[in-house]
Amino acid sequence: MPMVNIAGKEVEVDEEGYLVDLSQWNEDIAKYMAQEEKVDLTENHWEVVNFLREYYAEYQIAPAVRVLTKAIGKKLGPEKGNNKYLYELFPYGPAKQACKIAGLPKPTGCI
Amino acid sequence: MSDMDMDDDGSGIVKKFMFLNRKAPHGTVYALEGLEVVLITAAFDQDVSLVFTDDGVYQLMKGMDTKGIEVKDFSKTYRALEGYDIEKLYVDKTSMDARGLTEDDLIVDVTVLSDEEMKNLMAEQDVVISF
Repeated sequence: MPMVNIAGKEVEVDEEGYLVDLSQWNEDIAKYMAQEEKVDLTENHWEVVNFLREYYAEYQIAPAVRVLTKAIGKKLGPEKGNNKYLYELFPYGPAKQACKIAGLPKPTGCI
Repeated sequence: MSDMDMDDDGSGIVKKFMFLNRKAPHGTVYALEGLEVVLITAAFDQDVSLVFTDDGVYQLMKGMDTKGIEVKDFSKTYRALEGYDIEKLYVDKTSMDARGLTEDDLIVDVTVLSDEEMKNLMAEQDVVISF
């Protein structure tokens, strides 16, 4: 699988650019992935990225977007737990893009 | 991916799906693959039941440690099922008793069914998929 050099560190990514070993993840990798996805990381983006990392630590999966939306709503309130808000942050799919930035595998249920 | 939320427009037919998990969690891919199928199916708003029977009850064991066999411990993922609106989890009493297990040994809340109840539940289903 392809290797990329991120901030002086060699990391392995899969053919779609997702990080292979999530224990390698750090903020530099997140910034690199965000750049690849043409996402300008703001505090609101980080909130979702960190939420995803916590979700993964607890359940060992990357959630489907529907599940992510609901879980964010529960934790951060309905003004953030909706498609409009999340798609504004991650136009090409909150689960897909935010998971990539968070260093998680592509969400299960992604067809 | 099914990125856009498929809102309830009432047009879909809802069938009763049962996923029957019969094998130990590791050593074969059945348990993990079965779980992935269940997670994907959840996107289609069907009436899903999960049954754990025979060695399949081991899939729900608390305190799994897979370091020694170098595979991912996906047992925590069963706890995410609730978020996917999959809340009907059943185990059969005979399989539990044969392995000396009780509900306290399991990582999620389940309903324990007798053989007779299990038979009836299976008979109600439109589709039964076995892993």
